[in-house]
Amino acid sequence: MDVTQNTVSLGQSLSIMTPEIGLSIAALVLLMIGVFRGDKGLPLVSLLSVGALVVTGFLVAVGPQSASAFNGSTLVDPFAVYMKYLVLLGSAVAILMSFDFLKTEKIGGFEFPILVILATVGMLLMISANDLIVLYMGLELQSLSLYVLAAYNRDSLRSSESGLKYFVLGALSSGLLLYGASLIYGFTGSTNFASIAAFASEGLDNRENMGVIFGMTFLLAGLAFKVSAVPFHMWTPDVYEGSPTPVTAFFAAAPKIAAMALIIRVTMGAFPPVDGSAPWQQIVVFLAIASMFLGAFAGIGQSNIKRLMAYSSIGHMGYALVGLVAGTVAGIQGVLIYMLIYLVTLVGVFVCILAMRRKEGMVEKISDLAGLSRTQPVVAWTLLFLMFSLAGIPPLAGFLGKLFVFLPAIEAGYAWLAVLGFIASVISCAYYLNVVKVMFFDEPAGSFKKPMPLAHRGLLAVSGIFTVLFMLVMRFPLEWADVAARSIVPVTIAAGAG
Amino acid sequence: MLTYKLIVLLPLLGAMLAIPAGKMWGPRAAEILTCTFMVIIAVLSWVVFFDVTGNQVDMVLTIATWMSSGDFQVDWALKIDSLTAVMLVVINTVSCLVHIYSIGYMSHDPHRPRFFAYLSLFTFAMLMLVTASNFLQMFFGWEGVGLASYLLIGFWYNKPSANAAAIKAFLVNRVGDFGFVLGILATFVVFGTVEFESIFTQVHSKEHEVFHFLSWDFHAMTIICLLLFVGAMGKSAQLFLHTWLPDAMEGPTPVSALIHAETMVTAGVFMVCRLSYMFEAAPTALMVVTVVGASTAFFAATIGLFQDDIKRVIAYSTCSQLGYMFFAAGVSAYPVAMFHLFTHAFFKALLFLGAGSVIHAMSNEQDMRNMGGMRPMIQLTFGLMLVGTIALTGLGIPFTQIGMAGFFSKDAIIESAFAAGTTQGTYAFWMGIAAALMTSFYSWRLLFLTFEGKPRASKEVMGHVHESPWVMTIPLIILALGAAFAGYLFYGSFTSTTLTTFWGDAFPIHGQTHEVLHNAHEIKNTHPWVIWAPFVVTIIGLAMAFHFYIRHFARTQKAAATTDSLMYKFLKNKWYFDELYDLLFVRSLKRLGRFLWKTGDGKIIDGFGPDGVTSVVLNVTRRAVAMQSGYLYHYAFAMLVGVAALITYLMFAGGAH
Repeated sequence: MDVTQNTVSLGQSLSIMTPEIGLSIAALVLLMIGVFRGDKGLPLVSLLSVGALVVTGFLVAVGPQSASAFNGSTLVDPFAVYMKYLVLLGSAVAILMSFDFLKTEKIGGFEFPILVILATVGMLLMISANDLIVLYMGLELQSLSLYVLAAYNRDSLRSSESGLKYFVLGALSSGLLLYGASLIYGFTGSTNFASIAAFASEGLDNRENMGVIFGMTFLLAGLAFKVSAVPFHMWTPDVYEGSPTPVTAFFAAAPKIAAMALIIRVTMGAFPPVDGSAPWQQIVVFLAIASMFLGAFAGIGQSNIKRLMAYSSIGHMGYALVGLVAGTVAGIQGVLIYMLIYLVTLVGVFVCILAMRRKEGMVEKISDLAGLSRTQPVVAWTLLFLMFSLAGIPPLAGFLGKLFVFLPAIEAGYAWLAVLGFIASVISCAYYLNVVKVMFFDEPAGSFKKPMPLAHRGLLAVSGIFTVLFMLVMRFPLEWADVAARSIVPVTIAAGAG
Repeated sequence: MLTYKLIVLLPLLGAMLAIPAGKMWGPRAAEILTCTFMVIIAVLSWVVFFDVTGNQVDMVLTIATWMSSGDFQVDWALKIDSLTAVMLVVINTVSCLVHIYSIGYMSHDPHRPRFFAYLSLFTFAMLMLVTASNFLQMFFGWEGVGLASYLLIGFWYNKPSANAAAIKAFLVNRVGDFGFVLGILATFVVFGTVEFESIFTQVHSKEHEVFHFLSWDFHAMTIICLLLFVGAMGKSAQLFLHTWLPDAMEGPTPVSALIHAETMVTAGVFMVCRLSYMFEAAPTALMVVTVVGASTAFFAATIGLFQDDIKRVIAYSTCSQLGYMFFAAGVSAYPVAMFHLFTHAFFKALLFLGAGSVIHAMSNEQDMRNMGGMRPMIQLTFGLMLVGTIALTGLGIPFTQIGMAGFFSKDAIIESAFAAGTTQGTYAFWMGIAAALMTSFYSWRLLFLTFEGKPRASKEVMGHVHESPWVMTIPLIILALGAAFAGYLFYGSFTSTTLTTFWGDAFPIHGQTHEVLHNAHEIKNTHPWVIWAPFVVTIIGLAMAFHFYIRHFARTQKAAATTDSLMYKFLKNKWYFDELYDLLFVRSLKRLGRFLWKTGDGKIIDGFGPDGVTSVVLNVTRRAVAMQSGYLYHYAFAMLVGVAALITYLMFAGGAH
């Protein structure tokens, strides 16, 4: 934490924020290219966007691993670096997946990759935020881009509807968040997380500090909206279903990671647990339980695979929050690993959904997958492993992810929460296994258009191999996530946890 | 040493190679292979027999360590003594002859290699049983013969009745096996070992051990021996656990001869004799053995009187003869029990294989009501069956050495029972006399019904009647020689009062001579009527059979068809044991099973488990999905309610604690 106290010069600050600044400039340049070349420029812009994201990743890698800028309002630490990689990965993959889709669906405007880039800038800011104002800035930059993306297929009624719904509800959640931020500022006298933490460490138990707790609750409600945790999830199924599929894939991955990073940053950075407990723990417990169970139950009733994935992601955010409840190094490490596994698995699933294309166009019903094992055995088998992984069946990656969030919760005395998680996980198996059943045991319902684009095949292969073999290589991400987790968990707790 | 190992291992090798050999070179190869092995070991067994009994060899030959866990070590070891040697001769001789006989009997069956593999497997398991030097190995053999028996009874698996019989045999044997296992466990608890040698030497010091159960004390040795005897009752088809044996006749006839007359069913008798040191320490258990044995001898004989199936008559006869052996063991006359086991092997196998020859000649007809008048066509079979019948009924001239096998061994048993002088001995004696009368009647009835009178079968069947091929008759002739002379030849050595000259240390003996045997030999001087009694009742039985089935056959036939005598029906229906068990166990168990299935599993477990949970989940799912109305204001409302609920909760519970 002491790095935030040092004041650094403007030049240093700017150099610390090079990745964000660079990506912003790239967005502007790409916009210019797009404007001059028109819609025909989509391939070039897409390619350059991916390039820009890769370069940004490189900048993140060579930049400082632990520093603060702009009077401590932004922060770079291993946690931020880890999360930025995930976000950049998610965004790059989303662009890769979108290109083919936009072309065949003829909704190709060159703006798509640029919007993704702008949203990514917002996410990077969110991850680095160490101040309520920066937090809001990053969040809104991201959200505004996402609103547009949701309605990207503007000729489609569903897409427009989903964009509008997302916008209205997003505005409401931003209102909640801002209200919370103002309350916190009013009671603590600071917008800086470190200062808030210093205030909170004296104890929030007394009646006078109720305002801080109110503010924190509103703030978390606004953030919970972004990770679509119950009861702030209502937009998710409608938006997932209505948006163009690559947008859905993007929604399901990168913004979730950024918002989860922000939740961790706010909870562990601004309101760190004192003696192993913090007021936000009860909020997170509630969010986790509600999300896990709603995700499990409501998913069973779905016939549209994108809606199914919406409930799936709601449930998975619930599991990830279980790790946060523990509030220990191991718990945060679990969340980080969980997000990584979630991201990679999701990429594979959405590649498969994008491949659900017949002569008459895209199809989205689960029953359309019938007999896939006979028409496209490789895809079917990969999707089988991905579904098993999402369901948490050992020894696949998804099982290990759940293990790493449940174990710290048990150690921190939340065994009952882990048990509820197991139960929800068992219930959710019903719909994951249903997909497998439809693919392998139902009569073929006609085959999809082949072949998949090369990039998709590559992504599917990587995702499938990762899911199956994660247990063999998990030592490396675990170590990395451990370093990242240690940088965000206050020293006192980290030392206590050993 | 190699000899012993060869005897045990060759059948195993035969069992393993028979099916591959049959596949590669045809069924004939499997037959030749297994039969060659059996001839070899049969010859070796006789060599071993004379060597061991002549020199009183008594040793344990360890082949390998079977299991070793802490202090608990069990070896795969062969115990070689006179008792084993007698069993080796019995098993391998009969098994060898049955193998050869089967070549002819099964010649039309397409699954011969499997049949011979099973036969050899059975022989191996039986040899394991009799050579066991510890309880565990004995149990291995015990279960092995049970398995082989199951496989062979159900050999014709297309026949539903054969499958049912196989399952019945297996299940009834499980009841006995359960007792046997408990007995072994109890033995281990008391003695801390399962090795026979060390158990026998410790018996004296453990004679007064007790088991505490609830608030009672039980005499340990009595409990152990009773439990072990339950096992013996199952295998040897004694009263209450006998119901499987008649049904086992569904198997091929050579199997009935080998397993259900000669070897496996005598395992119980062998076990009691092998464990004689333990049983001697439990007089109450011996009393039970005597009473059960004597009752079975009587009871099975009564059922045998009016059965129509030729094999079932012999099956009940077997059951009855096993009863004789048991009560002989029960009065401590173990050598006599073993002697009867030995002679019985010859004449009962002869009768079974002879019956098989008849069935073969009659194109698989087993009902004696459809036979008759076959003597002229199959004179050799008739002659051999006649020898078997004389041997079984124990016909012989008292106070001389003229008579066949049964005359020596069965009379010795009856004399021993009388000589024991105890209440249960006397009971066994009278039961034995009564059973002898009935044995004589039903044996001659069988012979008369089958061979005498006018043919009752269709012309077509009678036209086919033919003498069996030499592969079937030669084993019969060998067995007939045994049935005729085994008693005379071995009476002296088997029942010598100074046990050690033949038996070595196989049986316990107090003092110089064996008391019961000594008294039995003295009976001809003290109570000569006891010697006459079996002879008289045998003649009466023969006369009655002659009267009813030769002189007034038509009248008997009519009476049998029309009678409504309760007694006749009672005996004809085998004392209604099957019906009783059906009522007591089968139906109530089925009811229980149905209850557990329909109510327990279906309604309770499935209802509250999978089905109930599923319906609850689907119910919740419907509600959860219904919440997703699609209206924006519903969504916003949910968010605001969520925030409000969280804040309210933190206000009262979280923030101000």
